[in-house]
Amino acid sequence: MDETLHTEGEGFHTEDMTISMGPQHPSTHGVLRFVVKTDGEVMREAIPDVGYLHRSIEKIGEKVTWHGYVPYTDRADYLAAMFANQGFCMAAEKLAGIEVARRGEFCRVIACELNRIASHLIAVGTFGQDIGAITPFIHALRERETINDLMEEICGARLTYNYIRIGGVGYDITPGTCDRITQFLDHFEPIVDEYNRLLSYNKIFIERLAHVTPITREDAFQYNIVGPNLRACGLKWDIRRDIPYSVYPELEFNIPVGTGEKGTLGDCYDRYMVRMEEMQESCKILRQCLKTLPKGPAIAKVARKFKPPAGEVYIRIESARGDMGFYVVSDGSEYPYRVRIRTGSFTAMSIIDKISRGIMVADLVALIASLDVDAPEIDR
Amino acid sequence: MQQLVDQLIQEGYFEGVPKDFVYTGFMVLVALLVLSFFVAPLAGITSWLERRVWARIQSRVGPNRVGPQGILQWLADGIKNLLKEDIIPTAADKRLFALAPYVVFVGFFATFVVIPFGSQLIVADLNIGILYLLAITSLVVVGILMAGWSSNNKWSLLGGMRSAAQIVSYEIPAGLALLTIVFAAGTLSMQGIIKAQGWAPWDWLLFYNPFTFAAFFLYFTAALAEGNRTPFDIPEAESELVAGYVTEYSGMRFLFFFFAEWGNLYVIGAIATTLFLGGWQIPPITDHPVLVGILQFIVFFLKAYLWVFVAMWVRGTLPRVRVDQLMSLCWKYMVPLSFICLLGTAAWMVIWPQGNRVASFVMFLIGVAILGLFFRRVRFQIRHAQPVLYWKPYI
Repeated sequence: MDETLHTEGEGFHTEDMTISMGPQHPSTHGVLRFVVKTDGEVMREAIPDVGYLHRSIEKIGEKVTWHGYVPYTDRADYLAAMFANQGFCMAAEKLAGIEVARRGEFCRVIACELNRIASHLIAVGTFGQDIGAITPFIHALRERETINDLMEEICGARLTYNYIRIGGVGYDITPGTCDRITQFLDHFEPIVDEYNRLLSYNKIFIERLAHVTPITREDAFQYNIVGPNLRACGLKWDIRRDIPYSVYPELEFNIPVGTGEKGTLGDCYDRYMVRMEEMQESCKILRQCLKTLPKGPAIAKVARKFKPPAGEVYIRIESARGDMGFYVVSDGSEYPYRVRIRTGSFTAMSIIDKISRGIMVADLVALIASLDVDAPEIDR
Repeated sequence: MQQLVDQLIQEGYFEGVPKDFVYTGFMVLVALLVLSFFVAPLAGITSWLERRVWARIQSRVGPNRVGPQGILQWLADGIKNLLKEDIIPTAADKRLFALAPYVVFVGFFATFVVIPFGSQLIVADLNIGILYLLAITSLVVVGILMAGWSSNNKWSLLGGMRSAAQIVSYEIPAGLALLTIVFAAGTLSMQGIIKAQGWAPWDWLLFYNPFTFAAFFLYFTAALAEGNRTPFDIPEAESELVAGYVTEYSGMRFLFFFFAEWGNLYVIGAIATTLFLGGWQIPPITDHPVLVGILQFIVFFLKAYLWVFVAMWVRGTLPRVRVDQLMSLCWKYMVPLSFICLLGTAAWMVIWPQGNRVASFVMFLIGVAILGLFFRRVRFQIRHAQPVLYWKPYI
């Protein structure tokens, strides 16, 4: 797939084809748009065009109260809403110096890890669908449905949770729910193997992904790739371990990294496998949390009229799509002065133009799916 | 029938037309009617079955509302699509755009002319049956290219181009695999090929020698690619090309493409059955002509439908290959392999002009062993897929 494929016949005028891929396109995961220039099947360039799902979530932050903003953060990334909840609440707590209830911290971790599994299920499921295998997608959604049921039990909502509040969590996790989560884990861990047999070790699937669009470590640094995409480049970097927050330091878990087992280090297959392994790690974390869930209140006492002292704070958490940052400025009033959200998908979008040159149109689809970019999170 | 035509001629309906013309015309008309009434429900029911099989693979229910077990779903879908607005884009080449679905449809429909459903049940037992088959299925690519070009949509164009490259390439291994059988059977006629086989599996051409055994899999793979089926469904790859060459189509025209696709699925199975699996051959258990005809039809239909089911199964399991991988699979592996099959069969016929019964029997046993291992593997997967947690079974 190099320049030689670009045939310029003598006296024969050829032109690159410009195609608008999206915003309504089956494999752009929401409303993304790429202005794609191709030479037949070979990509010349793919320019991401973002902003179709912009809902001014950051601006809304300046207009609603601290407590009232939490439901809006759900919408920043509706496939992994719990993380944005947690990020904003941690920022507010740090500003006001609130000690979070210990049971609340565990509830947060349980909810977040369940949500990470759900989000990764969507990621690998749609990945399979973009490669052309529809069955794994439905199977992944079947498991995710169980998680949605669990979430409904925990907080009453299935997609946008509004569960994590400033000072703890909205509702305590009941013993019955704990049993159900254990039941789900018993069921889910073998399912990952089944999923591996169905998709991960499929010959066609490996052929499609191995060696496709590898991201080097230098590129990853320059383009600020985070989360599973960064770990697929072979770098062991996880905010949960390296800039610890919540109760993660007390928990045992591995950080899966890309190994280049089927192709180049940091290719699509590595990005896929990292997510598969992360789901299993999340299962481990969940089991530990359920075992050591302390007694006590799930939420600390926080004033209804929440007014943190003036100041600014930057909070980083490990979302399902990587390093999610909340930069929150307070002027001591009832409303945040400024809320800025930094998300992993946005930076992941920027590298697509660089590494997609010279690949096939079908590979571009695989690349988008492997980066797990999520339209709501890009635009916010 | 003949009396009716005679009566019509006497009453002066066909003044000045030669008598033979009228007879031929009526025969063609009747054949077309019969085929239409057979093919339309066949393609429809195949579509329903595919959705059901697919749904079971994906642990869903599938269409089960219209008729018993949803078997009339295709009728409801057909009526819905008939009632829909037929949109022709303003920038499209209107004539080609309107014509393309019918070209595709004719390309698949005309193959039914030479498919032998029984020893008497065939529209025309052409002495060049297989050549006719290869020629007429090539018409499909013309229709798809027309659709891709005339839509004036870049995704459609890409889909059309992919399809042209794919179908033209895969006709070579498919054709060579078929030629292997022509060598072994010594005839091009479909009925002749079936008559060269027996009812017992070891008399089938599939087990004639190792090369025909390999040719069967080559043919089936190439036929899947020719029929744009997963894992070779790149012309309509919905995740890459939106819907490929059918992107701009709507209503009944859209349905015609899929009508052809599902009908084609049966054609693949029928050709495989005819050439490799003994066609309508049944053990000599009865002499009653009607009963024999019915039994032959059932045997042929089931054998063909088995492969339809396999194609559905494959579609529910495998991802899609990339364009360059598709081409390299064809030209680097399948074409040389099918040549080897062809030459191997020729050599085999020089060594054993009458065929080798022992080798056939051994091949049959190997086939059974492969099938047994395969089913053991499938059972293993099913056992592992058992523990499914449903908290809300009513959903």
